[in-house]
Amino acid sequence: MSDNLGPYQDDFYNALMDAHAGLSEEASHALNARLVLMLSNRIGDIETLKDILEKAREYNDE
Amino acid sequence: MAGYKYEPFDYVKPPELSGAAPGRYPVAIIGAGPIGLALAIDLAQRGIKSVVLDDNNVVSVGSRAICWAKRTLEIFNRLGVGERMLEKGVTWKIGRNFHGDQEIYSFDLLPEDGHKYPAFINLQQYYVEQYLVERARDFPDLIDLRFKNKVTGHVDHGDHVTLAVETPDGTYEMAAEYYLACDGAGSATRERMGLDFTGQTFQEQFLIADIEMEDSPFGENAVPERWFWFDPPFHEGKSALLHAQPDNIYRIDLQLDVDADGKAESAPEKVMPRIKAIVGDKPFRLDWVSVYKFRCIKLDRFVHNRVIFVGDSAHVVSPFGARGGNGGIQDVDNIGWKLAAVLQGGAPAELIETYHEERSHGSAENILNSSRATNFMTPKTPVEALFRAEVLKLAHDQPFARRLVNSGRLSQPCSLAGMRLQSPGVAPLEPGQPLLDAPLDGADGPTWLIDVVPPQFCLIGFGEVDLPEVPGVARIGINTIRDYPCFSSRDGFATKRYGQDGVYLIRPDGHVCAVFSEPDRHDVERACARAQGKMMEQAV
Ligand SMILES: Cc1cc2nc3c(=O)[nH]c(=O)nc-3n(C[C@H](O)[C@H](O)[C@H](O)COP(=O)(O)OP(=O)(O)OC[C@H]3O[C@@H](n4cnc5c(N)ncnc54)[C@H](O)[C@@H]3O)c2cc1C
Repeated sequence: MSDNLGPYQDDFYNALMDAHAGLSEEASHALNARLVLMLSNRIGDIETLKDILEKAREYNDE
Repeated sequence: MAGYKYEPFDYVKPPELSGAAPGRYPVAIIGAGPIGLALAIDLAQRGIKSVVLDDNNVVSVGSRAICWAKRTLEIFNRLGVGERMLEKGVTWKIGRNFHGDQEIYSFDLLPEDGHKYPAFINLQQYYVEQYLVERARDFPDLIDLRFKNKVTGHVDHGDHVTLAVETPDGTYEMAAEYYLACDGAGSATRERMGLDFTGQTFQEQFLIADIEMEDSPFGENAVPERWFWFDPPFHEGKSALLHAQPDNIYRIDLQLDVDADGKAESAPEKVMPRIKAIVGDKPFRLDWVSVYKFRCIKLDRFVHNRVIFVGDSAHVVSPFGARGGNGGIQDVDNIGWKLAAVLQGGAPAELIETYHEERSHGSAENILNSSRATNFMTPKTPVEALFRAEVLKLAHDQPFARRLVNSGRLSQPCSLAGMRLQSPGVAPLEPGQPLLDAPLDGADGPTWLIDVVPPQFCLIGFGEVDLPEVPGVARIGINTIRDYPCFSSRDGFATKRYGQDGVYLIRPDGHVCAVFSEPDRHDVERACARAQGKMMEQAV
């Protein structure tokens, strides 16, 4: 997977944490779900999306 | 070995208590920590007299700063103590991050050669202060060091400040043109003035232990590095940090529970098993143990008329990133020449205000980085913990996730690009950046750029360019022969960093303030005037 977040990785990570600030766990889950959907729409390409889904899932099976 | 020997400094009865009239000095420096001492030396080297008042009479006791960054060492080099610190300190540049019992990645803080100083040395704060006190003694006519002189009050009269001082022989008054508050994180000056000093306090506590051991916990033949663990097997669910120091001393930081009992945690019977879990059965001695809570805070304004805050009195950060003392030394670098220029009559008092602008900006950068690192180490909610756990999991084999792992973004020199003393311009090293060191060859043999650039305004010309003669501005040529000092770029480092041709104007603190291709005298004078705050209204 290519490395695209530098040099603003810390800005990104903190913006993500800020987006969750003050939410209940349930609300955070909902936010995460919306984020996945919106980021997927942004990526668009179905092959890329399937690849990412598969790759991310692999870490659950360890 | 019994650890560092603290030698108390002598208290000398001040002249004011031996019948002299209340002294009036150009500069009073309150606090002889690393910042106050470095400032006194910087000013003395510029011919400015100061009185340094400290309520104590020993160097810093216990576990405090150890990591000193390259830029700090270059400033210490200018102050005449850099080489001594380098020699005594432990040099390192690799940071290694672990998750559980596996290494996830390492970073190299100085991946290129051609610098006199390394990315970092580790040296206990007590050595740094000792060396600075000894260096200050080289200026008996310019630095008046007064230990056991506690400042208990001050009044700003507009064009000078009066101070009340308490000593073992009683109290006295003195006056100074400028009052430099270098009195540390608990600054009584700040409290007296009722200045707001609030910010983020982290609830987590950290156990900081310095241990002395013969065998290196980094392993046999290992070079010293910075090792950081997330969730290590020896300290589950928390973080840990390991550093090497001189004299076979090692620093271990262990994150504790939010509600841990600090006092109980620092008891040897509690600490010993924690350390043994890390270093194994090798023998060691506890040198110092303390439990800290960290804060990230700064003052809104560093300059209040004749009272100027420098170092921890102006800003405090959590130590992950080593930005406290290193940030303070950059403050010293910034205020020293400005104060000297104003006191010697060459520059308007407004120049002092730019110390606030430039260093408040630097300090905000340090706070941002330090608080982000501390936040990453101490997730506040289940969702933060979840994201962090997944980042760490991915970081084992995903380079993009390694970037997100934050065990501290280590102190970097601050860029002053775009601020009003700098004339805009384009060059390989842009205006606002501090000098980048490079190896040179000169008439007397090999040397370094940072050793040949004097602490005043200086033009450096690369290639066959004529540098105009301007009063008060030094000149250095690289890869040319002229009637001013010239050097050649050794192994191409200098030309790679600065370009084959072009001219740089360097401020007395070693920051680039203007760049030119073929400047005449007028161009240089204009840029110097701007850098000395003489063209504030025009500079946008
Ligand atoms: C655990 C820990 C680890 C750290 N690690 C690092 C690191 O690796 N790298 C780094 O760069 N920084 C580090 N720091 C930060 C560093 O220690 C401070 O930034 C540094 O000491 C600030 O120096 P200072 O001179 O401003 O203040 P101080 O060192 O606090 O000195 C202030 C001085 O003022 C004196 N004083 C106070 N009040 C008065 C008064 N009324 N009259 C006269 N004198 C007075 C005090 O006695 C003291 O000598 C660390 C800090 C901690 C706590």
